[in-house]
Amino acid sequence: MSEQQVDTGRRRFLTVATSAVGGVAVAGVATPFLMSFFPSERAKAAGAPVEVDISKLEPGQKINVEWRGKPVWLLSRTKQQIADLPKNDPKLVDPKSEVEQQPKYCQNEGRSIKPELLVAVGICTHLGCSPTFRPDLAPADLGPEWLGGFYCPCHGSKFDLAARVFKGVPAPKNLEIPPHKYLSDTRLLIGDDK
Amino acid sequence: MSKGQKLLNWIDDRFPLSSMLKEHVTEYYAPKNFNFWYFFGSLAMLVLVIQIVTGIFLTMNYKPDGTLNGAGIPVAFASVEYIMRDVAGGWIIRYMHSTGASMFFVVVYLHMFRGLIYGSYKQPRELVWVFGCLIFLCLMAEAFMGYLLPWGQMSFWGAQVIVNLFGSIPVIGPDLSVWIRGDFVVSDATLNRFFALHVIAVPLVLLALVVAHLIALHEVGSNNPDGVEIKKLKDEKGIPLDGIPFHPYYTVKDIFGVAVFLIVFSAIVFFLPEMGGYFLEHPNFDQADPLKTPPHIAPVWYFTPFYAILRAIPSFLGTQVWGVIGMGAAVVVIAFLPWLDRSPIKSIRYRGPKFKFMLVLFIIAFIGLGMLGAMPPTAGRTLISQILSFIYFAFFLGMPFYTKNDVGSVPVPTRVTETNGKCQLQFLVLVAVTIIAAYLFGTNV
Amino acid sequence: MKSKIRHLIAAMALVLPVSGTVLANEGPALEKAPIDIQDTESLQRGAQLFSNYCLSCHSASAMRYNRLEDIGLSEEQIKANLLPDGAKIGDQMNVSMDKKDAKVWLGAAPPDLSLIARSRGADYLYAYLRGFYRDPTRPTGWNNLVFDKVGMPHVLWEMQGEQVLKTEKNAAGHEEHKLELVKAGSLTKLENGKANTVEFDKRMADLTNYLVFIGEPAQVKRHQIGYVVLMFLGLLLLPLTYFLKKEYWKDVH
Repeated sequence: MSEQQVDTGRRRFLTVATSAVGGVAVAGVATPFLMSFFPSERAKAAGAPVEVDISKLEPGQKINVEWRGKPVWLLSRTKQQIADLPKNDPKLVDPKSEVEQQPKYCQNEGRSIKPELLVAVGICTHLGCSPTFRPDLAPADLGPEWLGGFYCPCHGSKFDLAARVFKGVPAPKNLEIPPHKYLSDTRLLIGDDK
Repeated sequence: MSKGQKLLNWIDDRFPLSSMLKEHVTEYYAPKNFNFWYFFGSLAMLVLVIQIVTGIFLTMNYKPDGTLNGAGIPVAFASVEYIMRDVAGGWIIRYMHSTGASMFFVVVYLHMFRGLIYGSYKQPRELVWVFGCLIFLCLMAEAFMGYLLPWGQMSFWGAQVIVNLFGSIPVIGPDLSVWIRGDFVVSDATLNRFFALHVIAVPLVLLALVVAHLIALHEVGSNNPDGVEIKKLKDEKGIPLDGIPFHPYYTVKDIFGVAVFLIVFSAIVFFLPEMGGYFLEHPNFDQADPLKTPPHIAPVWYFTPFYAILRAIPSFLGTQVWGVIGMGAAVVVIAFLPWLDRSPIKSIRYRGPKFKFMLVLFIIAFIGLGMLGAMPPTAGRTLISQILSFIYFAFFLGMPFYTKNDVGSVPVPTRVTETNGKCQLQFLVLVAVTIIAAYLFGTNV
Repeated sequence: MKSKIRHLIAAMALVLPVSGTVLANEGPALEKAPIDIQDTESLQRGAQLFSNYCLSCHSASAMRYNRLEDIGLSEEQIKANLLPDGAKIGDQMNVSMDKKDAKVWLGAAPPDLSLIARSRGADYLYAYLRGFYRDPTRPTGWNNLVFDKVGMPHVLWEMQGEQVLKTEKNAAGHEEHKLELVKAGSLTKLENGKANTVEFDKRMADLTNYLVFIGEPAQVKRHQIGYVVLMFLGLLLLPLTYFLKKEYWKDVH
């Protein structure tokens, strides 16, 4: 078959070089397929930030807005409700919001940019039900100490009017605060804070 | 003993891995004189893999739904544009799949042509050929059903015309068409079932047939351009004198073939995905409209030879089923080659003048019919189609007569021969002449 | 081999009936549209024309507004000039006209234009946009040279002015239809009977260019990636696999 010595060095070089280039080719071909898994333009558009007009929001009123398929609560807190917030601190799991459930600029007592407006994702951190809004003071079912908050009907978790979770309930964390920013005094953008 | 060797032994005790690799790759002896025509088998396998992988990713974003969305666009049609624009990398995947579909037929036709010129269908390889013909049939069904999915005007009306063909079968025809469609016209029901068949049913059958095709091939060993049976002359170790192990020689050669193919494939995907309207047809960028028939319905290019035969055969006794039968016969007759051809000589290099003459006529007929099938019919074109259809069938059905006692001037050698530069040049001249002739024919007929 | 070539040439002679060289396409030859999808300024002008004149009736529902960033527009520019009221930057270019109403009002629902350039071709669109002429027999008062009895009114008439259809015999003695400008518009001039349509033609070239772009927004990227891929394959993979094959095949024969 062969008349001359087999140049194994050359063979090894060519095999390795071709394999390396082939590997690059495979990586190149794989790229569009792997990229196609990322959220498409349609998903990104559907998940785009939502602009809300808050000019007509009355103190004590809560409105709901949808963002990324989730309910987002906009609650206009009264002066009394803002003043009552520190009274709940000893009964809360994470009164200082040390667990990262909110952007840095909402790591405060009221967990908000302006204390008058709470923006929170209305999904219980236990198993995902949407808690009910209970601003009423000392109702029969929630006890005489209740200063207003949110009550989850599924398994009884309770949150205060800064969406912080009470001790002794199934939910482990405060409700999530989404990234948001004020475009003006009357317009709020939910989902973007740059 | 190294860890790798230990692992291999553990596997070999439970699974015939090493023995299979030996039998089918490293100690599978193939003739050493494979030429250009022998690239297309491995390329066909490559295109199959390309179609399956791109197809899977298309299925992740495509929706087989013929109803209209809020903007009045059929959901299926809109989902294709969603892939083209909104899915990252989607347009590459789509173009790879559409180019792959056409390239599949280019490769398969050339692969079949190799079988024709070297007699690879002859004893003992008849079953390899029959499995191959079944693969060809499945491929046509797969392409036909896949073409409905984009739900464009050509998708819809092409399917409408072809399914209506079944309606020409006497007695059962109309009911059969309704059963195939799942409706009285091609509709969402048809789209959904073609989707299921195209995505999983036919591909599974195709894969099984490819495996059978390769097993049958390995049982008898490959033919070669000289038609010499290499197993007849073996050395003292039982290795064919004219054989070389598939690995590394043909693995390395096929990889080179793949590189050339990928250049052609990429040039099309990135620069000519529509191929002048032949790979992606212009009317198919209009959404399917059951109320508006396009002025000119033509099947995709790879079906046109058979479509031309269908149109060439007129209706007799009040039924058009003869055209349908003719088209079906044109495909099925290919499978009978091993039994129609009565010459013991395999390769065209050593065959007689009658076969060579008929083969040239066949090539002209096939290409001519292909071009005519893409054009709107006229009286003149129909006449030429009829003549060419006759030639097409005469090539096959006349074989029992003209291949008997048809001997070439050069005797069949006992050992394979070296590549011949003069022969290669003559071949290239022939290809150039054919292309020029086809162009002249197409622009004047 | 020689006999094969002789046979082929003989067969060629058989199948070359010169049966009148008729063009495969129906209708007169179309002028080539000056398309350049790398000309972002032309595309931007086209985008403005499309928003102002077409989007009230025609959707381009496969196209999103934010994709126009590909032709050099910023989000602010798109929002200020091209985004309809109430639409978001990521929305698709839909219209509020209900398709059923449109069919009743105009005879045919105005088709979605996302892919019109790929199905009809740029040359046809360029001819269509400049091909409207006055026709009192039509309900809209307008007809079109490349789309007879079209249901669309001539929304661009203020820019183009008015054309009428003239039938005359050409050099070969065949009847030919031509359009003649009889009233100038804001972008055309009529001086001493001579029509100057250069400005209007340029705008229609922009609009056609834009329609080609929205037909396949990825086209420029496709070519860019294509060059890289072909160079990689042709200059790296091909020579390496060739030499690898040649090296191993030294063993054979």
